[in-house]
Amino acid sequence: MSHSSPIPARDQMNVVIVGHVDHGKSTVVGRLFADTGALPQGKLEAVKAECARTGKVFEYAFLLDALSDEQDQGITIDTARCFFKTARRDYIIIDAPGHIEFLKNMISGAARAEAAALIIDAKEGVRENSRRHGYILAMLGIRQVVVCVNKMDLVGYDQAHFERIEAEYRAFLKGIGAPDPKHFVPVAALHGDNLAVRSDKTPWYRGPTMLECFDGFAKQPSRRDQPLRMPLQAVYKFTARGDEARTFAGRIEAGRVKVGDEVVFSPSNKRARIRSIEGFNTAPRSEIEAGWSTAFTLSEELYLTRGEVMSHAAQAPLVGTRFRANVIWLGRKPFVQGRDYKLKLHTAAVPVRLARIHKVIDASEIGSELAKQEVGRHDVADLELEVKSPVAFDLIGDSECSGRFVIVDGYDVAGGGIITGTVADATDDFRSEARLRDFNWIHGGVTGAERAQSNGHRAALVMFVGGNGVGKRRYARALERALWDDRRQAYMLDGTNVLLGVDHDLAADAAQQELVRRFGEVANILLRAGLVVVSTTNAIGLADHSHVQALLGDQPSLAVDVDPSGSSTAQCDLRIRGDEPEAVVVAQIAALLRARGVLGL
Amino acid sequence: MDHLDQLEQQSVYIFREAFRHFERLCMLWSIGKDSTVLLWLARKAFVGNVPFPLVHIDTSYKLPEMIAYRDRLAMEYRLTMVVGQDAATLASGRTFPATKGLPDGHPDKVDRTACCAALKAGALSATLNGTGLRRKLNLETGEYQDWHDRQPWHGVIVGARADEEGSRSKERYFSPRDRNNQWDIGDQPPEFWNQFKTDFAPGTHVRIHPLLDWTELNIWEYIKRENIPTVSLYYDQGDGTRYRSLGCGPCQNPIQSRAKDVDDIIAELKSGKLKNIAERSGRLQDGKHGLEELRKQGYM
Repeated sequence: MSHSSPIPARDQMNVVIVGHVDHGKSTVVGRLFADTGALPQGKLEAVKAECARTGKVFEYAFLLDALSDEQDQGITIDTARCFFKTARRDYIIIDAPGHIEFLKNMISGAARAEAAALIIDAKEGVRENSRRHGYILAMLGIRQVVVCVNKMDLVGYDQAHFERIEAEYRAFLKGIGAPDPKHFVPVAALHGDNLAVRSDKTPWYRGPTMLECFDGFAKQPSRRDQPLRMPLQAVYKFTARGDEARTFAGRIEAGRVKVGDEVVFSPSNKRARIRSIEGFNTAPRSEIEAGWSTAFTLSEELYLTRGEVMSHAAQAPLVGTRFRANVIWLGRKPFVQGRDYKLKLHTAAVPVRLARIHKVIDASEIGSELAKQEVGRHDVADLELEVKSPVAFDLIGDSECSGRFVIVDGYDVAGGGIITGTVADATDDFRSEARLRDFNWIHGGVTGAERAQSNGHRAALVMFVGGNGVGKRRYARALERALWDDRRQAYMLDGTNVLLGVDHDLAADAAQQELVRRFGEVANILLRAGLVVVSTTNAIGLADHSHVQALLGDQPSLAVDVDPSGSSTAQCDLRIRGDEPEAVVVAQIAALLRARGVLGL
Repeated sequence: MDHLDQLEQQSVYIFREAFRHFERLCMLWSIGKDSTVLLWLARKAFVGNVPFPLVHIDTSYKLPEMIAYRDRLAMEYRLTMVVGQDAATLASGRTFPATKGLPDGHPDKVDRTACCAALKAGALSATLNGTGLRRKLNLETGEYQDWHDRQPWHGVIVGARADEEGSRSKERYFSPRDRNNQWDIGDQPPEFWNQFKTDFAPGTHVRIHPLLDWTELNIWEYIKRENIPTVSLYYDQGDGTRYRSLGCGPCQNPIQSRAKDVDDIIAELKSGKLKNIAERSGRLQDGKHGLEELRKQGYM
């Protein structure tokens, strides 16, 4: 890429200003503008003259109001998101206006910021939103915070008073596990004390001024040295221009990768090598790193969907269906158990349920817990979430992009959160086994995609489950025959045959888990051969389906429950009573397979 | 990565999110510098392709250079180029330019804001929801033809920048518009990190803003870096004036400037000469609160 500009672009930083209402945010910003020369010519004098004329005491906050009026009239441009400069860099000040929608706007603003200034009124002390905003900044991942104890003139620039507020607020942040702010600055914004210039009224204060604190904020270090994470955003195939290759697009959120690297995708456990790095109007690249929205071609035409996370095998993300999280809720309706929501985590979007509430925290009070069975608007909660199908994720401390998420209720983003812990689920052991196996699997010379293309369908498992003598085998035979007659590569795997051979060494009272494991591994090999496997077994029930699926990675499987009593409520893909004609059931299953993209390629 | 790289990469990310989530997606192209950078970024995002239609609202009062430039690029980049227009209002003569000669207070006189509300906001709304005229460029013949596609678009990519004027600074990256194309500024969705509002009720649509964080200077620096073609109206017209923002002929004034190329414009913006002059100061419909009102009604 050509950079012909002789002067390097100036450093730029987004800083969000937060704090309780009336603690002096606008005055701080107005005074910073005035003291850094960011105001249009004559503006300060004009506002002062207007105050003198109307008999009002001049306030720096009026400056912001005046600027915003002008903004509406389209006269000044530089104040939309307030800009000011120091010798060190340019600042964009993101203001979070203080009306009813305060919290949503505060979050939207703060989520774009690299650092924050939190304002506390020296006279009023630490208030509800001082605490809530501190909590939210921590949750949003803003580690650089300067606390401005404002209106020090109203408490006589008293050192002990300042230190009491500092101690109280540090204790609060510590209690909620938030990062400890580097600086607390005693300020009287109205008089400019310790904002841009050091004040002689606080000789006891030896720390930096607010502006020095701003200049001391570090730019976020590149994440190029972290483990590779690229959530798959889309797979493109633009045939209109004659591009035949699939390109796998996404932003590298962490780490780096080069052409020839072997990469794995989670949760499917698929593996390939990077063949090329694609771009438009840019020099060819052989390596690319965190921050770039890029696209790759791979050594194999993998069948991958959005929501997979690309990594190196040695440092793959976690995969599971349950995790522990901190959530802030903004929805009009409370977050409750027993209802489906949508989880958007990196590029994955999956149905999610609130599995368990550990505690609902009142973010505005230290350590206080609310005895609630739901999470209400503006509440913060420590809870467990359960997703329907496995997702790739990381703990927030390990990788940001895959450790934070939002929850959608209906059409609206109703909450956001961070992943704080793992929760064991029953299929963890099998999933780990499958991952280790797949990452190290020795591939033959024919790929799964080639088999699918040649067969005209993808591989899949259809498991008939249910009690003894309900007709599972009859349906399985009919399905195998129908698929075969339709020129599909189908094979009936009868559980009895696995017991007779593969399980021959097991004692009669062998653990169910081992029976399931062996059955799943046999099915896995047949699926890799590209077959539609139709299984029928008494040994393995509906309750085992999720375990079998865990062994199969992202290869699709259907559970068909044959239940003459009609009383079963456990989750399955299709439930029949056993008296339906075979042709009807076969047609229903074929429709399900088409919907899953197995048939109809 | 420098600052321009960061802006570019975030825009590409937003483009890809939009393309993934909105089956009925289009992009507004005003032919100006911002939406032309936007078009360039679309080609970055989709590796040289533009996989959705570009929509231009032609008020019939655009300067001829703009139309020629639009069609030249559309042919060269093989764009699905769609033009919408409020033909009924134009035919009726109820526009600002057509009634300019009438005395003040005359009942048939149409002011600038009302003209914009019809020819731009109204035409845009009708083009987006499919009730209005849609004409598509035939890439074989170079002619525009009535387009059979009348389905509404639910995702609309626009080139608004937060620093351009006050109301635009209140936008999200993904900003919903309601059934009447209206924008509820007071109740906007939260945007956590890079998770955007991509679920929407039937009949509503979402405006997508990949350029929200760009400044006027960033736009010109990027035009220079990528060597993006621009309309000649942005440069000194030979009389010491140039256009800083492009709109309809009767409602825009050039600014005093001898900037003759991209380098001159970048130098001019860096010099601070234009610091106290709003970018859209030559756009006469804005007036007092005119633009925020127009934007609530769907103006981009």
